[in-house]
Amino acid sequence: MNLLEVEGVSKRFGGVVAVDDCSLSVAPGRITGLIGPNGSGKTTLFNLITGFIPMDRGSVRYKSRSIGGLGPDRIYGLGIGRTFQLARVFPRLTALENMLVPVRRAGLRGLLSHAQWGHERERAMKMLEFMDIGHVAGTLGGSLSYGQRKLLELAAVMMAQPDLVLLDEPAGGVNPALLERIGEDIRRLNAQGVTFLLVEHNMGFVMNLCQDVVVLHDGRPIARGTPQEVRADPRVLDAYLGA
Amino acid sequence: MTALRAPRRLRSAGLLALLAAALLLPLYAPDAATMNLAVFTMMYVGLATAWNIMGGYTGYISLGHAGFFGFGSYALGLLLTHLNVPGGYLPFLLVPVAGLGTAILAIGVGWIALRTRAATFVIVTIAFMFMLQLLAENLVKLTGGGAGLAFPVPPWGPDFFITPFYLAMLALALLGLGVSWWIRRSKFGLGLLAIRDDEDKALAVGVPTRAFKLSAFVISAVLVGMIGGVYGYYVTYIYPQFVVDPLIGISMVLMVFLGGLGTLSGPVLGALILEPAQLQFAYRFGASRLYLVFYAAVFLVVILLLPRGIIPSIAERLQRRRLAL
Amino acid sequence: MKLVVEAAVLGVLTGGVYALMASGLTLIFGVMRIINVGQGALVILGAYLTFVLNRSWHVDPFLGLVLTMPLMFALGVLLQLVFIRPLRTDREALSVLVTYAIALGIEGALGYVFTTNYVQLRAWYENASFPVFSFRITYVYVLGFVVCLGVLGTLFLLLYRTTLGGAIRATMLNRTAAQLIGIDVDRVSAIAFGIGMATAAAGGVVFGLTNAFNPGSHYDLISRLLTIIVLGGLGSLRGAIIAALIMLVTEDITAVVVSPVWASFAFFVILVAVLIIRPQGLYGVRVRERI
Repeated sequence: MNLLEVEGVSKRFGGVVAVDDCSLSVAPGRITGLIGPNGSGKTTLFNLITGFIPMDRGSVRYKSRSIGGLGPDRIYGLGIGRTFQLARVFPRLTALENMLVPVRRAGLRGLLSHAQWGHERERAMKMLEFMDIGHVAGTLGGSLSYGQRKLLELAAVMMAQPDLVLLDEPAGGVNPALLERIGEDIRRLNAQGVTFLLVEHNMGFVMNLCQDVVVLHDGRPIARGTPQEVRADPRVLDAYLGA
Repeated sequence: MTALRAPRRLRSAGLLALLAAALLLPLYAPDAATMNLAVFTMMYVGLATAWNIMGGYTGYISLGHAGFFGFGSYALGLLLTHLNVPGGYLPFLLVPVAGLGTAILAIGVGWIALRTRAATFVIVTIAFMFMLQLLAENLVKLTGGGAGLAFPVPPWGPDFFITPFYLAMLALALLGLGVSWWIRRSKFGLGLLAIRDDEDKALAVGVPTRAFKLSAFVISAVLVGMIGGVYGYYVTYIYPQFVVDPLIGISMVLMVFLGGLGTLSGPVLGALILEPAQLQFAYRFGASRLYLVFYAAVFLVVILLLPRGIIPSIAERLQRRRLAL
Repeated sequence: MKLVVEAAVLGVLTGGVYALMASGLTLIFGVMRIINVGQGALVILGAYLTFVLNRSWHVDPFLGLVLTMPLMFALGVLLQLVFIRPLRTDREALSVLVTYAIALGIEGALGYVFTTNYVQLRAWYENASFPVFSFRITYVYVLGFVVCLGVLGTLFLLLYRTTLGGAIRATMLNRTAAQLIGIDVDRVSAIAFGIGMATAAAGGVVFGLTNAFNPGSHYDLISRLLTIIVLGGLGSLRGAIIAALIMLVTEDITAVVVSPVWASFAFFVILVAVLIIRPQGLYGVRVRERI
């Protein structure tokens, strides 16, 4: 059973068709890569799946349950987390506070209780240390370096223990050393059972990390398989080098 | 930059001292002029703190809170009139009922106002205030219209007259501060701050933004409404344009901005600085409308030169000095 | 029925004035993403400036526009430079407060100079009217409407036929992109604010001729103008004009059919309805900040 099933999803903005009858599925426990030339609809697809924009047609099923039309907060509550192309953290909150914002089950008692209640705080610190940024727990999000922000963003998303995480260009704007760290973190989390779907332009990163790769072109998938298969596929080369 | 915190024991001692001073004020300065000043100052401490819960924590600026103030006034006044409640301590007990009425109104207004982005939200709150003023003026059979609404007059003698009102305002201010403090350290409060920083990101991590914003709005409105109720009782006669008064609405905003948006002590400081100044100025220049120019000037200076308010600016200075050492 | 038609016609004529005043407001929002809650006060300022010319030098209010419009334009540019441009962070929220402060300052200053007594602009032909169907329309209203059409028409020409207009529209569509193609958005913003002021001057004249006003009149005015631009869609010029006509015609008809007291209420009822049904207004765009 696939964790995520996208079927026939389409979205157009005025005259531009961003996503065109796109269908793909993500198997549980895998790291799947989503690649394609610029403008192929990858980030739009993410926004459609996570409820930021409504789709014109099609359906998205998560654990066999339709999630089309739900808001981003409900979708996160169901277990799908996401990061953004330009790492977004809350600039006026400390790194630790950033970790304590995510809400999975909004029970009244939980919301009214002290945010830094022992248990939550411990988990947050552990997660920060897992990503090697425990030392900046008290630093304001706005004062962190870009690399730290990227790590914090991922760590915070993990706080509610999502089963599926959509990463939007995790390697974007990141130096090679940090890139390795990020790849390692993804692998470690994956080993703990988290499924990943990532959009990326850095081919080396994708080929190294992903077990499955889907290629998007002009808003629809044109190839799918292991990194090696996809790399050799003539249609993929055509899409990247062609018009 | 890390968040600034003074040592715990010092803070607790300081707060207790302030509280004691506030409680004992009627004893060592019981003259009418000082007590009157105290009532209004404490009123604005409460108003500013309440407004901060919405404007400071979520970043959604409401310029229509005067509407809730006026509604609370009228609600209590009408309640007292229809139930034939005599002047005395009883009206104070009915203030929470006025608060409940304000809550219902706020849920309705908030639900509509929060359907839109922050820019339109401001406009809707302004429109709501004018609508309420219109209603107060025109529903003559209910509110008395331009002729005003009377409150029962308490039987206390002139020596003691103002003190209960001061204590009521103090109680509401403390309630507001308590609620504000609790919210700030709760997960709900973190969610509000997250909404202020980046609303879409907050959604992405599961924060139910609509529900949170509405809750903050209603809490803020209820406090303001109750304070409005006590105000009406204090002045014993209310008119639409003096109770649904845009200047009251803008004063509480200015005080929060002066003291520090989103902080706990900022609104208090802002109120403590501005209200006495405001009363002085109104006393001297009220008739000639020049006090409006004073307002405008203070406002512009605060926003252009000290946009983050006093408390955060001081915190930042101290921080820099600590780092430099 | 006759009364309704008369009310409708009056609604269109006064709608023109409000359209003019609202156009400046929505233009300013479109270019700078700020809500100028002081627009009402600036209209009143324009009215008082014309009042001075009118009373002291017996200048016809419409002719006075030759002086007041450039003056207000310059004032607008100055205000933008001094009070708006310095706002770098949190511009949307702070600008509301700044413009509110400007409005208060203007109200206070005008109150000090002119007192709070109601005044009205006079013209020697103000009582002349001509018959239409079974009722009469005063020339002042028609002239006012023509002036509004003229100014709005000029505004459209400016926006759609000149390079400056193109720069303004580009900035309205996407500020960053406009900067990237070399448009001096700061200069455009100042000019847009100035234009907003100039339209306020014109609006002030027509408003002042057809209404008694005092410094406190800006509150009533701004609440209506804000409602209009919400209905029309923030930033849409077309929307502002159509919304103004709809609102004013509805208000005037309500005044006749129900009662004048509840006519202003009709304004807000429409606002609430719009917010429930279509929050972005007629021509507004449903905006998601940044994804």
